[in-house]
Order: sequence, then C-alpha cells, then structure tokens
Amino acid sequence: MSEATKLRLALLGAPNCGKSSLFNALTGGKAKVANYPGVTVEYRKGEFNLPGGQSVELLDLPGVYGDCGHSMDERVALDAVRGNLEGERAPDAILFLMDASHINTHLHNILQAKNHGLPIVLVLNMMDMAARDGITIDLQELERELGIPVISCVAVRESGRSLLLEYLDEWGGDVTHGSAAAPDAEVGELKALQAKARSITRNAVTRVQKTETFSQRIDNWVLHPVFGIKILFLILFVMFQAVYTWSGPAMDLIEMGIGALQNGAAAILPEGLMRSLVVDGIIAGVGAVLIFLPQIIILFAFILILEASGYMARAAFLVDTLMAKVGLNGRAFIPLLSSFACAIPGVMSARTIEQERDRLTTILIAPLMTCAARWPVYFLIIGAFIPANKIGPFSQQGLVAFGLILVGIVFALVMAAIFKRTLTRGESSGLLIELPSYKMPVFKDYLIGLWDRGMIFVNRAGRIILPASIVIWILISFPTNATATAQTWAGKVGGVIEPILRPIGFNLEIAISLIPAMAAREVAVSSLATIYSVADDDTGTKLSELISSQWSLPTALAFLAWFVFAPQCLSTFAIIRKETNSWKWPLFAFGYLFVLAYVAAGLTFHSATAFGL
Amino acid sequence: MTLRLTDLAKDESGIITGFDEKDADLCTRLREIGFAEGDNVTPLHFGLFGRNPISVRVNGALIALRRQDAQAIELTKIVENSAS
Repeated sequence: MSEATKLRLALLGAPNCGKSSLFNALTGGKAKVANYPGVTVEYRKGEFNLPGGQSVELLDLPGVYGDCGHSMDERVALDAVRGNLEGERAPDAILFLMDASHINTHLHNILQAKNHGLPIVLVLNMMDMAARDGITIDLQELERELGIPVISCVAVRESGRSLLLEYLDEWGGDVTHGSAAAPDAEVGELKALQAKARSITRNAVTRVQKTETFSQRIDNWVLHPVFGIKILFLILFVMFQAVYTWSGPAMDLIEMGIGALQNGAAAILPEGLMRSLVVDGIIAGVGAVLIFLPQIIILFAFILILEASGYMARAAFLVDTLMAKVGLNGRAFIPLLSSFACAIPGVMSARTIEQERDRLTTILIAPLMTCAARWPVYFLIIGAFIPANKIGPFSQQGLVAFGLILVGIVFALVMAAIFKRTLTRGESSGLLIELPSYKMPVFKDYLIGLWDRGMIFVNRAGRIILPASIVIWILISFPTNATATAQTWAGKVGGVIEPILRPIGFNLEIAISLIPAMAAREVAVSSLATIYSVADDDTGTKLSELISSQWSLPTALAFLAWFVFAPQCLSTFAIIRKETNSWKWPLFAFGYLFVLAYVAAGLTFHSATAFGL
Repeated sequence: MTLRLTDLAKDESGIITGFDEKDADLCTRLREIGFAEGDNVTPLHFGLFGRNPISVRVNGALIALRRQDAQAIELTKIVENSAS
C-alpha cells in the first residue's frame, strides 16, 4: 500500500494514560525503536490494519498535559501533531487517550487539543478500572458537550479495543470524512477551558465516593515519610542482589556454550592465524560480553516493573528532598535511574525536566550512574578478585557491586551540588508530578520492553564489540614473530599511553584495552579477553582466572575505581552534544570524568598498596 | 488572610478559590496538571524533611508538588468532616 493511502494517526494524551499499552496492542509491538548512537528516539511508529483492510500508521508520542510545551518532551509531541517534525507528515487525525478514572482532572486537555485543527477522537481508556472506582460516565452526554466522538476502551483487552477498531473502520477509509474539530471560543484561556471542562464533567460524570482505594492503602506505606525511604532502599538493594544471585545458572549455561563453540571451532579449523582469529578474537571477545546478558535482563526486569507499576513516580517523590539539597528536583530521579541501564536514554529522558539549567545538570551527572556497559567490567573484576562468600544472607560480591553503585551516586550528587553553585546556578524548578494509580504491569508490554532492551545489548555485541574484537585481535597478533605483548602493534599503541596510566597502577594490557573501550565501555572486557587469549596457549581458560593470576589486587581495585567514572563511551558524549546542541558540554563532561577517574584510581591504587593488599 | 494549600494538615480538605498569579508560568503548570477553581483538595502524604514535598488528592488523582509551589494555591477550608 502506498504512503498516501495510509491513515496516519497520532496517539496523544497525558503521561500514564496507557498510550504505550494501546500502541503495543494495536501494532503487536512491532515498532521502529531507537537506534542508539546518534539517533534520538522521539516517538515510536508502528503499523496495523483495520478489520476492513485499511492500513494505519500509528505514532506513539510522549505524554503531554497541555499545549504550552513546558518541557522538551512536550514540545516534541506538539511538533509531531502540528507537522513540524522534519521528514514527517502531519497526522490525519488525533486519537486522544485519557484515563477514564481521571476524566475530571484531565478533560480540559482535550478542549486544548481540539485547537490543533485536526479531526480528533476522545478514547476513554481503562473504563473497567473507572467502574471499579465507582465512576460512571455518560458517553452520549460527553459527545454532545464536546462535539467530538467519544469511545470507551480497555486497551489491554481485545474485547476492550473492538469499539475503537469498529469506529476507525467505519470512519478511517475516507480521511476527508472526518472534519476538523471546531476550536472552542475560549482559545488559550486555560481558566475558562477548565471551567467549561468542570461543568461538562458535572453533567456527564458521576462518582460514588469510595472509602479508600487500593492505591491509597498501598501509599500509606510506600509514601510514609520513614517507611517509604526504607522500602525504596530495600527495593534497590534486592534488585542489585538479584542481579548477582539469580543470574548464575544462565551465565554458566552461556559460558558452557561459548566453551563448546571455541572447542568446536578449534577442532574444525586448522592450526594457524584463522583459528586464532575465530577462537581467540571473535568468540572470546564477543562471548566475554554476551555472558552478561542474564544480568542485564534481570536489571531491566526490575526497572521495567518499577516503571509500569507506577512506583517510579513515588520514588521521585521520596528522593525529592535529597535532590533539592543538591539543587535538582525529584523528576531528575527518573532519567538518573534509567541511566543505570544506559546513559543515552537517561540523557534523552532528561527532556521531561522543564527547567533548562536543571536539565543540563542532570545530563552532566547521568554518566556517573552505573550503566549496563559497566556491569561486565564490574562482574569480571569482582568475580576474579572478590571471594563468593556470604556475609549473613548477602552475597559479598553483590555488596561490593552495591558499594560501587553508591560511590557513583554520591559523586553524582556532589558534582550536581558543585555544578548548581557554579555553572548552572539559578533557581531550581519544582517537582509537580502526577502519582499514577498502581497498576499490574501488562505482561505483553513487559515482555516487549524486556525484549527490546535485551536486543539492544545483543546488537551492540554484534555492531560494536565484534568489529572491535577483530581489530584488537589483529593488533595483538602482529607482527607474528612477537614474543611478548609489548612487541605487538597493540603493545606499541598501548605503550604510548601506558606511561600516563602507570602511576595509577595500570599495566600495558589495561592501557591497550582502554583505547577501544571508547567505542563502548564493555569493550574493555572483550579486549582483555582477546589480549589474554592470544597470549595464553591453553584454549578455554576463564578470563577471570587469567586476570586474578596476573594482576595485583591494588591494580584490580584501581581498575574498578576508574570504571566508576569511566570517561569512555563516545555514544554518551555524542548524545550530550546532540541534546545540548553544543560541543562545550560533551567536552566538559569528558574532562571532569577523566580527572575524577584518574584521581580515584590513583588514590585507590596507592592506598591499597600502602595497606599491603 | 487567604488560606493556602500548605495550611492544610494531612487528610484535611479544602476548596480551591484561586491561584497566586505572581508566577504565571507556575499557574499554567498547576492548571494543566489538574488544579482548578472549585476543586476539592486533600493533602495525603508529606516528605520526611520539612514536610516537603506534599502529595495531594484532587479529583481522584494524586499529585506531588513542593511546598513553595503549593503556596500558590489559594483555598477555603472545609470545616466539618462530612465527606463529600
């Protein structure tokens, strides 16, 4: 079907009204998702066919309250609706999704949205929940008052979507059929729009006051000034413990698979350079990173549940006072927490922060959160040097990882306080955030989210780590008559920066591995795997065993300290460049992270040596 | 003297009478997220330090905001505890 005959619909609505659920349900989750380096994900785009055969292109836009575009996120959504996005045609119509339980609060938003001059349909989502909460909505009355179609919907159930599909089927075949909604007289006058919306809901909505809803009962604990903080801390702690203790069996399985692959390749390929390239270069390099997939999946399994259940906004509420102390607001917690997965989506989601100075501060400290790419490095070094003992019920390795994460967080807060007093001085914006009702995460959305994150990690292994492993293998294998690492090409390159890194306890192998790690932090691990595999005659010795026999403990600790700050990852600096629209801030971020990493590694190395470790 | 949202204790209710227009941008944001004249508001939770931030129930939604922003919301207190 050609582009012109596709019906183009934009999905608009407040945050947490279930846009993504509806999007996933209609399109089967097959969306054009973000490509990480350099490409900013602004919205998701997917396609589906109506029962009658008409093909529809659906845009999933960021959540928007009004039409003033306070934050960058809101501006992107509004630009998309107005057809101001480069290379994107304006949509043919708007599906305005609203959480039916919150119709009293949000109805004026649709009065504003009518002013976009596009055909618009109000889709009242989660009608089942509204009924449960004692809310009855007179749809005919609402249609009459608003002058636009109103459709009841339960996005997560097939039967709940049928009315919407039927309506679109009838109307969507002919784009010209739907006429643009007539703007209301009181254009731009928010107070008047609210008054009108309130008078509409007085006629069309009746609510039976319930004593205490399910969400309120949970919130009495979760938002409790004392218990709330404890619960938050407990959740984060369990999350990081789980990453270690639950991932073991799956990691063993992957490790066995990699070993079998190496032995199989070694048996088929004749002795020589080709065998070395496949076994020591490609399989060892890519395998060294892929093995961490179970841990990454568990980490995201937690983050996605926290997001989908509605807890994340509560966390923002709980940490707001702490954030206020360093001049930020609780909203910054969400980009910072997603930075635990990757700083790139973290830097991008800082767009929800309205105040420009706060956004910049958040972007600058986002790389201090322990991103997924640092996990392989932590896992490797902790696995090699920290005994797998239990301290009480806790895994000692998990505790060390938790400690490293805390160090990152503490430095992030300290740096934020410093930046707010110097570079980004000025009044900070308030919190102002809606705490959505608790929801059971939709299993399908959850799996799609988990799959997307997992694939991003695996794709990186293919696109960045595979080529990096081959390059490292070439550099470390030639000239072929080299008898020591220092005589290889890699040794010569590493030798240039090694003198700078020697004072902080790093050896030549580390110096070599840090260069390709600029492409992605975890490449440090795959590079070490390749370097030591080539040097080691015995195929299949575990990298962690090789390292623990060849590095001193102070060197290993210094390496960990370096990676808390890790002035690596060009993609992070590229996204900072894009989001701040200047070279100044990415260069500044690199500079300050490098200084911190160098000083921290040096201090760690020398104090560990002094303590005789 | 005008009562403000910050003058309400936990579980006390008030009816919004207006907004302090000093910060026009803040007013717009408060309105957009769902506060309006005539709405019934009830603070439900307070943060640990300085009772900041506050979470407020308004029209069945729960909204979190800082005390300094809550200052901009003017109201009259509902005295007797007849739940309406």
